[in-house]
Amino acid sequence: MIEVNALTKYYGMTRAIYDLSFTIEKGRIAGFLGLNGAGKSTALKILAGYLLPTSGSVRVAGTDLVAQPDAMRSRIGYLPEKPPLYDEMTVDGYLKYLGKLRGMDAATLARRVPEVIEQTALQGKGRQRIGTLSLGFRKRVGIAQAIVHDPDLLILDEPISGLDPVQIVEMRNLVRSLGGKHTILISSHILTEVEETCDQLLVLDDGELKAQGTEAELLARFSHSLNFDLTVQGDPEAAAEVIAATPLVTEVRTGRFTDGYATFGLSLSKDEPAELVAALVAAGVGVHRLEPARGALENAFLSMTGRGGAA
Amino acid sequence: MKAILLIAKRDLSEYFGSLLGYAIIAVLLVATGMLFQYAAMGDRALKSSQALSYFFYFGFGFTCFAGILLSMGVFARELREDTIVTLYTAPISEWQMVLGKWLGAYGFVLVFIGLTAYMPLMIAVNGQVHGGHVLSGYLGLLMTGALCTAVGTFSSSLTHHQLVGGIVGGVLIGLLVVSWWVAGRTEPPLSDIFTYLSLYQTHVEDMGKGTLHTRDFVYFGSLTFLALLGARVVLGARRWR
Repeated sequence: MIEVNALTKYYGMTRAIYDLSFTIEKGRIAGFLGLNGAGKSTALKILAGYLLPTSGSVRVAGTDLVAQPDAMRSRIGYLPEKPPLYDEMTVDGYLKYLGKLRGMDAATLARRVPEVIEQTALQGKGRQRIGTLSLGFRKRVGIAQAIVHDPDLLILDEPISGLDPVQIVEMRNLVRSLGGKHTILISSHILTEVEETCDQLLVLDDGELKAQGTEAELLARFSHSLNFDLTVQGDPEAAAEVIAATPLVTEVRTGRFTDGYATFGLSLSKDEPAELVAALVAAGVGVHRLEPARGALENAFLSMTGRGGAA
Repeated sequence: MKAILLIAKRDLSEYFGSLLGYAIIAVLLVATGMLFQYAAMGDRALKSSQALSYFFYFGFGFTCFAGILLSMGVFARELREDTIVTLYTAPISEWQMVLGKWLGAYGFVLVFIGLTAYMPLMIAVNGQVHGGHVLSGYLGLLMTGALCTAVGTFSSSLTHHQLVGGIVGGVLIGLLVVSWWVAGRTEPPLSDIFTYLSLYQTHVEDMGKGTLHTRDFVYFGSLTFLALLGARVVLGARRWR
C-alpha cells in the first residue's frame, strides 16, 4: 500500500531524515513514534506531497510521489499539527472548497460533505464560521478536510496535541473508526497514544528509523523488563499465597482490590510467566489478565533509541 | 483552469468579506477623488483632455498602491497561518496557485479601477471626452494594475509577513518608476535600457494622453509574466527548502 524506500531529506546542510524504508499495508493504522525533532513531521510532509525528498522514493498504491505528484496528492489526506483552516469560511464552505480543489465535482460533494460532517461529529456546525470553533472542533474540521476526498492514505501529525482528556478519547475513537477504510499514519511523541491507537509502530530517532513492528514485537525485542501486572478473580489471599510460594516471583510491588478483582505488580526472575500462571490455575485462582507492566513501551523506546537502560 | 478560478473566487470572497479590503479601496478612492478635484475640477479653465490626463496621472499612482496593497498578503498570510498546506498538498501545480492568487487580488483591483469611472464621467458631463482617450487611459490603468498585483504576488511569496511583502513590492515598482531618472544619468546602452524600463514616463504617460504603442503591451505583458514566474519559482523552491 505505502512503500517508502531509502527516503532522505536535508534542509541545506542539516539532515532531517535519513534512509527511511518501510511498508504499511492497506487499512492499517501505523504510528510514527519519536521525540520532538526526531524528523516525524518532515517525513509526514514528504509523504503528504508537501515537501520533496532529497533522495529516495515514496509510492502510495503504486503511484510515485516524484513521477506523478498530482495523482499521488489526490490519494492522500493530510492534517498537520496546526489544522490549515480559513477562519472566515464556514465549515461547509471550507470542505466544499477543498473538495473541489482536489478534483471532486459538485454532485459528489453534495453527497460527501454531509457524510464527512457526520463521520467527524460536526453536526450543527456546518454553517458556523471556523474562526468561532473551539480547538477540539477545529481538529475535527481538520480531519474532515483530510478525508473529504476519500483518500487511500490519511496522515495525521500529532492529532491530539492541545486537546483535553475528553477530546483525546473522542479523537482516538474517531481515528480508530477511520481505520480499515483508510490506511492511517499518525505521528506522536506521546507513547501511550500510539500504543492505544496503532497496529504498527515506526520508531524514529535523530532522523533514522530505529525499529518497526507491532507493539508486541517491539516489546519482545527491546523490552528487557521482567515487570508484569497480574489481575486475578476470586480470593486475593489465595492468590497472594501462591505468588509468595512461587520462586519465580522476586518482588510483589503493589496490590489493588476492586470489584472482585485483585491486581498485583510483580517482578519475575526470568521471562517465563507461564510457570506462575500454571501455579495459580492449579490452586484454583482465576487468572484474568497477565501483561507487561505499564511503562514497558517507554522502556523499550528508550532502549531502541539508546537513551536509557531497561527498567 | 478550474483550480485557478476556484482559488481566485475564494480569495475574492475573502476580500469582499473583510473590512480591510474595503478600507483600502475607500481610502484610495477618496485620495484619488480629492487630488482629481484639486487639479482638474477647480476654478481654473482646463480642456477636457487635460482634465482627463490629470485623472489618469493620479489614477496610475493609486492603481499602483491598490495593486501592491491588495496582493501583499496573498501568499504571506497563507505562509504565516500555515494554510498554504492546503494548496501544496492539493493536486494542482505551482502555476495554478500563483495565477489563482494573482487573479483573486487583481479582481479586487479591478473593482477599484471600476469605481474610479465616475471621474471621467464628470468630465464628459461638463465637457467633451474622446472615447479613444478614455479607452487608452483605462488600458494603461488595467495593465498597471495587473503588473503591480503580479509584483505584489511575487514579493508576497518571499515572506511570512505581508508588510514586508508590501515594502518589497513597493520598492520594486518604485525602481521601475524612477528608472527614467537613472536613464538621464547614464550613457547608452544602459540609458536605453533604463528608459525602456521606466514605467510611467515611457509607457503609462502616453496612454494617459490617449496614445497606444505596441511596445507598451509587450512591456506590461513581459514584466507581469516575469513577476508571476518569479512567484512560481519561489513556491517551487519552497518544496525543496
